[in-house]
Amino acid sequence: MSVHANPTSPHFKDNAHKALGDPQLQQAMGKLRIGFTAARAASAARLPEFEALRDSARDIKNHTLANLDLYLEAYEKKVVEAGGHVHYARDAAEARKIILDICKEKGAKTVAKGKSMISEEIALNEALDAAGVRPIETDLGEYIIQLRGEIPSHIIGPAVHLTKDQIEAEFRKAHTHLDKDRNLEEPTSLLAEARGVLREKFLSADIGLTGANFLIAETGSSVIVTNEGNGDLSQTLAKTHIVIASLEKIVPTLEDASQLLRVLARSATGQELSVYTTFSTGPRRDGDPDGPQDYHVVLLDNGRTSMIGTEFQEMLRCIRCGACMNHCPVYHAVGGHAYGWVYPGPMGAVLTPSLIGVEKGGLLPNASTFCGRCEAVCPMRIPLPKMMRHWREREFERHLTPSVQRAGLGAWAFFARRPALYRLATRIGMGALGFMGRNKGRFSKLPFASGWTQMRDFPAPEGETFQAQWKRERGGR
Amino acid sequence: MDPSSSKRVGLFATCLVDLFRPSVGFAAVKLLEDAGCTVSVPSQTCCGQPAFNSGDQADARALALQVMDSFANCDYVVAPSGSCAGMMAKHYPELFEGDPELQRRARAFAAKTFELVSFLTDVLGVTQVRASFPRTVTYHDSCSGLRELGVQAQPRKLLASVDGLELKEMKDSDVCCGFGGTFAAKFGEISGAIVERKTVDIIGSGAPVLLAGDLGCLMNMAGRLSRQGRAIEVRHVAEVLANMTDTPPIGAPAEKSAEKTA
Repeated sequence: MSVHANPTSPHFKDNAHKALGDPQLQQAMGKLRIGFTAARAASAARLPEFEALRDSARDIKNHTLANLDLYLEAYEKKVVEAGGHVHYARDAAEARKIILDICKEKGAKTVAKGKSMISEEIALNEALDAAGVRPIETDLGEYIIQLRGEIPSHIIGPAVHLTKDQIEAEFRKAHTHLDKDRNLEEPTSLLAEARGVLREKFLSADIGLTGANFLIAETGSSVIVTNEGNGDLSQTLAKTHIVIASLEKIVPTLEDASQLLRVLARSATGQELSVYTTFSTGPRRDGDPDGPQDYHVVLLDNGRTSMIGTEFQEMLRCIRCGACMNHCPVYHAVGGHAYGWVYPGPMGAVLTPSLIGVEKGGLLPNASTFCGRCEAVCPMRIPLPKMMRHWREREFERHLTPSVQRAGLGAWAFFARRPALYRLATRIGMGALGFMGRNKGRFSKLPFASGWTQMRDFPAPEGETFQAQWKRERGGR
Repeated sequence: MDPSSSKRVGLFATCLVDLFRPSVGFAAVKLLEDAGCTVSVPSQTCCGQPAFNSGDQADARALALQVMDSFANCDYVVAPSGSCAGMMAKHYPELFEGDPELQRRARAFAAKTFELVSFLTDVLGVTQVRASFPRTVTYHDSCSGLRELGVQAQPRKLLASVDGLELKEMKDSDVCCGFGGTFAAKFGEISGAIVERKTVDIIGSGAPVLLAGDLGCLMNMAGRLSRQGRAIEVRHVAEVLANMTDTPPIGAPAEKSAEKTA
């Protein structure tokens, strides 16, 4: 069974262990760590109003979420006026069924796909395959991971976990009809090869399917941003265009979308704008030179409306730029696949328990140092550490916290809430520990601290506690 | 300074300093007293952050109330840690959402709570210290102090006034060392990988001394550096600013440091 249907998030630690021992992954992550952070920093520094734009972006989404029903209705009305169809899907199964029904109705054999995380969330490719419809990923990164049978490891760079050499090997394996001696050394030559292979597939696809970065209530338009133009070909050449998007992608106006676009690419790749920003409104009109004959929008809820009014509502501001993971030390160390489901990094650590349940996803919000760098760069000012903490609270309330950890915390809290007993116990404990560690100044092994001492020494205490010394020297003032 | 106008500062030593490195507490007392404060050390255990970050709200609230009661008579509460000061100054009010009376108290408490170095510079207006440390040092910005409290320029400013000290910045000084409190124990392997990465930048700075403002991060980095067999000396920034560097560095035995500082 695939990771989509059977998340490995409960095995985050094992996944991380494997990732840390994978030299190719570590090489690939090293590049990401340096590249994306520098690009975002330079881009933000170039725009004096960047911080003000972040405030404005946050406010736009807060307003939208407070009036989501109104804007969804307005959006639907506009789509229908333009000749399109809107389908509401409560969950992944409903969304798959709606799309499969359209495929069946059109007698579709192939679907050309632009990059869509919602498609990943609902495990659409497997469903299409099972129904005898071939999904063709047209984004270079998605194309690569489709060849490998993987899920994305990053929400904007699905294949960032791979080195160039791995991708080259994959291409040589899959494109056996091409000249063995061709040059695939550069990313551009890899892109050219993928384009060559994909071009005929665009032309023969029965349905084009894309995600949406924004849905605009004012105009009924869906917006996608890409750097390869593959989304445009997917949606323009096929007779039917299906947009699959989660319902919080809605924004009130074209102006609002333009503001959000100003922070999106800057936060993601450091570009001022992505190479292509495409607005689609309904099917081809009379006199249009191109465009689809049918235009469908599938709006996925999948648990999102139940986040509204809870401490997780702010997560719905997320515009999927990936800045949080690009700046996350944990993500840098273990990569995206360790998170075990569709959404990795800090945004995934908050969203995954909402979507697959805290029983399965609960380890992810624990896997953070709370360094706060994600929140510091989030263009939508989502308080990611705070929301990870809220998940930990829910886990604790429901006694899902591992028992050893809970017992340790309980013992510590018992003493911490009894200062006199604490002083006595720590005075004895630190005295002993200080004495034992006197010669080396550190411990290379300590009972109950193997998590620490596996990788590092534990510095020995000086011996007498500060409070005891203070009392001795200053009479406990 | 006129004793009647002297600020009554309660030192929240932090549990790590209380238990592992009392010398940082005494360095903090010296810095505060040199700046004219009257320092007291009210009864204390822990600020409650481990409970708060583990989702244990009940214990976190109980400990917050304990701290607020204990420090009730102080004009200011100062901690030699951005992490604990951040807990008290930023998160205590969050703990009492839904209880206006306690939240009002928590807000008032938060408003008088500061991290040591930024308290010296931003509240007391200290611009220089009387200290000598003729070494090259590098400085790690601990996450909570940096991102919750804006502690970045302040320690650098005071370090610049230390006789003979040269600051050599490491690359990515603002990137997490991987400590993360209970994270280091719960996810020891990942934490270890992050601190390994951090030591590359520390070593890359070429400085033989590493300073920071949080003992948790310091113990983490010192622990990894000593496991690697590196002879980099690790200290809390307050020790250098207070001119109290006779104690052995973090994780080093007593004799070794005596040779070094001799």
